[in-house]
Amino acid sequence: MDSKDLEKGIVQLIKKAETELPKDVIAALEKAFKVEIGVAKIQIGAILENIRLAKKTGHPMCQDTGIQTFFVEVGIDFPEINKLKIIITNGVKKATKDIPIRPNTVDPFTGENHKDNTGDNVPYITWDFTDGSDVAITALPKGGGSENMSKLGMLKPGVGIEGVKNFVVKEMIKAAGQPCPPTIVGIGIGGGADLSLKLGKKALLRPVGVRNKNKNIAKIEEELIKRINASGIGPMGLGGKTTVLDVHIEKAHRHPASLPVGLAVQCWADRRAKMIIHKNGSWEVK
Amino acid sequence: MEYRFTLPIKSEDIKKLKVGDILYVNGKIFTARDEAHHFMLEKKSIPFDPSDMGLFHCGPLMKKVGDKWEVISAGPTTSSRMEIFEDKFIEKFKINLIIGKGGMGKNTQKALQKYICIYTSYTGGAGALAAEKAEEVENVFWLEKLGMPEAVWIMRVKEFGPLVVAMDSHGESIYNSN
Repeated sequence: MDSKDLEKGIVQLIKKAETELPKDVIAALEKAFKVEIGVAKIQIGAILENIRLAKKTGHPMCQDTGIQTFFVEVGIDFPEINKLKIIITNGVKKATKDIPIRPNTVDPFTGENHKDNTGDNVPYITWDFTDGSDVAITALPKGGGSENMSKLGMLKPGVGIEGVKNFVVKEMIKAAGQPCPPTIVGIGIGGGADLSLKLGKKALLRPVGVRNKNKNIAKIEEELIKRINASGIGPMGLGGKTTVLDVHIEKAHRHPASLPVGLAVQCWADRRAKMIIHKNGSWEVK
Repeated sequence: MEYRFTLPIKSEDIKKLKVGDILYVNGKIFTARDEAHHFMLEKKSIPFDPSDMGLFHCGPLMKKVGDKWEVISAGPTTSSRMEIFEDKFIEKFKINLIIGKGGMGKNTQKALQKYICIYTSYTGGAGALAAEKAEEVENVFWLEKLGMPEAVWIMRVKEFGPLVVAMDSHGESIYNSN
């Protein structure tokens, strides 16, 4: 397997994520452009123009190119699993120079910036194992402004799902224009504190407009979209009809005494791209 | 109303601007995030005069090509982080145009009235669009000390916008009216 070639693949994966938004997000923004008027329409118009320019120039659509975050599904029959982490890390270093992306990793104690988007525990990689011999890597570069609006609620189980809904709506109204709305909200319900936040972030991987398979949960997603949009916060918090493009919920079973709610907030730049590596080392970026 | 201005904007023009107005500006702007605010406030003198420039809350992505810096992506950063510095910053550096996103707090609002200044919102995340409107990077200060996002970058921009007047010099805020 040619590690150097795969590192190039990682660079292409990151470039795709940073410069081209997925079609589902663009479609949702175009829909928002149609329904908005005034200042809100101007904001969505600027976003759409920005998306067009980023694709045309190959420049990252947002200067905050995020913390490099990857969700990796490793086929258990893939031959060189031990090389994947170093390939991803080297790819991130190369991407920092080649694309370029902003050097965004700072030591929390010393303030030192590695200037290559790597450091302790970053790039942040989540590993899952699956059948087969392919590796699927999803890049989700995550910006700081929206990440700062993440919340963990360790609710009393007695408040029930109504309490969960109220928590989410209240937090999104409190966040107002700060996470660069219209946002996509990922909600993890259940598990423990860490799992609920993880599920919230994983929920962001689902395309905009796709509902949870569980009909009851799907209804709650729709209700939350309506309630948050009724706030009138609007694009960039300047007022309007579109505060969220979508709300995605994932769940885990919980401890009887706990009702954790993990809220992961994604800005309109819901950057996602996917790379598949086959067992012979060939790859493609989608 | 939509306006086009060449920076610096005259004080009497700042007074005319109201929440919801849209601006496009030509001229010089400088970037400053939390660390640059802190740093500039502590220094006795600084090597440039910010009073004829717009203050841009931004940590840009830049690339050096030959001996010139190029703007790759440069949207606004969350302004509320600068709230603890901004009233003092407006007073000390005599700026009258702030460009950011998400809005600012009461202390800034008071300073906007006192010193005849406006806070405008630029579309968050629109980094490629901003780069398109940046004609030239004129200078950079404290790059080694503060790093690329936190350094002070001075750039010349053309038709930079849309900037929405979000907090005006009369005490009004678009964020309160939603």
